[in-house]
Amino acid sequence: MSQFITAVLTSLSSGAIYALMSIALVLVWRSTRVINFAQAGQAVLTTYIGYDVIQKTGSYWIALAVAVISGAVIGAIIDRFFMRPIFKRITTGPISLIAPVVATLGLLGIIQSSIGIVWGINYQSIEAPVSTDGFEVNGQVIAFNRFNLLILIIVTITMLLLSILFQRTNIGLALRASAYSPEIAKLSGIKVDAVRTFGWAISGAASGLAGMLYIPGYYLYPNAMDLLLVFGFIAAVIGGLDSMFGAVVGAMILGFGLSFSRTYISMEILFPTAFVLLILVLFVKPGGIFSAKKKRGA
Amino acid sequence: MLSMTPSKKRLAIFIIIGWLLLLASDRVGPLRLYQGSYIATYTLAVASIILLTGYSGQLSLGHGALMAVGAYAGALAIGKAMLHPVLGLVAAALIAGLFGLILGFAVARLSGPYLAGTTLALAVALPTLANQFDVLGGQQGLPLDVGSSPEGFGEDFSQYKWYFWICALAALIMIWAIANLVSSKYGRIYRALRDNPIAAELSGINVGRQKVLAFAISSGAAGLSGALLVILLGGVSPSAFPLGVSFFVLTGAIITGLYNLKGVILGGLILVALPEIADALASRIGGSEGLTNSLPDFLVSALLILAVVFTPNGPGKIFKRSH
Amino acid sequence: MSLVVENLTIDHGAIRAISNVSFTVAQGELAAIIGANGAGKTTLLRTLSGLKESKSGSATWNGKSILGKRAEDLARSGIMHVSDGKSVIAELTVKENLALAGLWRKDKKDVAKATDEVVELFPILGQRMSQAGGSLSGGERQMLAIGRALVARPKLLLLDEPSLGLAPLIIEQIFQTIKSLIKKMDLTVLLVEQNAMGALKIADEGIVLNLGSVVAVDSAQNLLNDPAVRAAYLGY
Repeated sequence: MSQFITAVLTSLSSGAIYALMSIALVLVWRSTRVINFAQAGQAVLTTYIGYDVIQKTGSYWIALAVAVISGAVIGAIIDRFFMRPIFKRITTGPISLIAPVVATLGLLGIIQSSIGIVWGINYQSIEAPVSTDGFEVNGQVIAFNRFNLLILIIVTITMLLLSILFQRTNIGLALRASAYSPEIAKLSGIKVDAVRTFGWAISGAASGLAGMLYIPGYYLYPNAMDLLLVFGFIAAVIGGLDSMFGAVVGAMILGFGLSFSRTYISMEILFPTAFVLLILVLFVKPGGIFSAKKKRGA
Repeated sequence: MLSMTPSKKRLAIFIIIGWLLLLASDRVGPLRLYQGSYIATYTLAVASIILLTGYSGQLSLGHGALMAVGAYAGALAIGKAMLHPVLGLVAAALIAGLFGLILGFAVARLSGPYLAGTTLALAVALPTLANQFDVLGGQQGLPLDVGSSPEGFGEDFSQYKWYFWICALAALIMIWAIANLVSSKYGRIYRALRDNPIAAELSGINVGRQKVLAFAISSGAAGLSGALLVILLGGVSPSAFPLGVSFFVLTGAIITGLYNLKGVILGGLILVALPEIADALASRIGGSEGLTNSLPDFLVSALLILAVVFTPNGPGKIFKRSH
Repeated sequence: MSLVVENLTIDHGAIRAISNVSFTVAQGELAAIIGANGAGKTTLLRTLSGLKESKSGSATWNGKSILGKRAEDLARSGIMHVSDGKSVIAELTVKENLALAGLWRKDKKDVAKATDEVVELFPILGQRMSQAGGSLSGGERQMLAIGRALVARPKLLLLDEPSLGLAPLIIEQIFQTIKSLIKKMDLTVLLVEQNAMGALKIADEGIVLNLGSVVAVDSAQNLLNDPAVRAAYLGY
């Protein structure tokens, strides 16, 4: 029984982090129609910045705030000075579909290798702000600790805030309109470029948060967020790339799937599980769960 | 001079290139032979991506996994089943091709980011599977010794020359096959798939089937290059094909120009030369360990961005004759 | 304040979509551009609203050039383009669709007032405020699209085939509404239509476009009586 509870709880807390990554990816996808692989680089870069802040101030919370803010700034800079010029340059030909994605892949490599040059490639670690000893349930220690609980709380609050932002504010409406139809948004006087940069800023902030919440359980090194990016991507694809809600649902499905297979089968089967989950969902709905796409005949 | 059909011309060119390479292998030292083997192998991998992404328009982020399939198949065929290297390589290509056929069928309905995501997941998932099965050697992997050159070649035939012959010839033959494929009506079919699948379907092309076949052939080629790598490395293990390999060969394909095969050897050259240049640069600058380790990636990534922005259709255009 | 177009030439890829087109729409006028499918009417409108670039020539509104400007800037300066195909965002509610054109405006009180006026004009919208834009009928969507433009209190309204796909009764309703708006809201309207008869009936001025060139510019009344125009576009 405690194994079941553990599995459920760890599903939630890992799903929460996947959700941050998948939301960030979906946000950028919807506004820019590109899969931002550089997000893994952004997330780990902001975490390195957070690491430096901890070295200077000793405070995880200040580091968290700085990481989130710098994530927003970095995200905005990448859209304004990297993505926008690329889109302007490459407008025709078959390469125009692939070029932006490939560019983000290149950017990922640049960010990660720059981190290696500046900070070095040795493993660092960030300590969690609260205890990572498992809770005791009925005298047994389960694999769920205070930090996991904190992650759940922070992410839930973040989701609520984002939800309010998107559904109830003017800028949120502008974001959604620009994502659904850039042309109609422009014709309504919305500065679509600026709005899109704002979307990237939020995405950057979300991935910055994800980094600071994820790393304390693991090690910090330039490639530390690669796996999380893959999981975030899988979660986003499962949910259907066009839906923020789908991103969260996909993250939860992935979280549960991975957690249960890890608890009941083995650690090794983790990635194959993710792959199988993905293939199953896409076989039934080639565009993800919440997509409108119907099955096309093969 | 007899006028030759394009395909005969192509065959002649490849035969001449092959013959020149074999001649050259007598005249260069073991280091160059070793590098040459790697160049041939990576060129083949790049060619497989050009076929899949450049021609049939399917973006794969998981070619490392397909190379791994060929690698393990080759190690098993030559190492365990004691097949002759040539047979073993053919087996590796076929097995990888079969795997690609199944995979291609599973992803035939997926497009763009969905396909990319699935191949990405595969690239991460597949290597760890090898840990599970003892027959695949678990975490240690499988060793492979392809042996030395046959008796008939004489005493002076060095190991490296043998490697080079195997890699260069295998790559040459497979790339020739791919070149023939894309110059035939299939090339036009693939381009139609890539640019306008709806129109292609309407004009009678079975889009699904063609996509799957392209995937299978590309996988076979990638598997072959994986098997060649295994020969060069002397073995295969789960850690031989991390996610980075998929990005690495995709980068080579983009830099060399995705949309035709004409500059493909440039891709292999860059993928082998750049890390070496970066190493030399790093030790010249005398930086930290971080610098030495990260500079190759930095240069490759920078080159990728420059390539995709400034020569989106590939520098191969320089070599291309006008159509 | 008038719209003056002089020798405007627009390319669409390799095709010359609009060739040396000139016309003037005086303030307070309703000008109708009529012509067959493919005559270049939509391309012309999209260039005037900033969605497309022109090759050569000039177009000014109020004496200032409107070419080469960004669409969102033109929209903010009072030129509203209601594009074809019911330019309503299906996933947003009616209320949200209406709000789009007022998002950037600082005077929120006036935005609210303008929205109320639009609901008065199209009561059906008021009943469907919280419904998704995609759930509206064709005619309702056209009303929503026009209403959204009006919230911005535009001075120049560019309408692209508002009657497309609508039932005759609704078309009549919409045309009459457009006509009445001009006085009410001090508008100038450039109306592009395949429905030549309906358009010319409410217009002051008519411009006939064929394969990208102006074939005739005249008062709407004259065009309605012109035998060549009647034969080609009016069906009698």
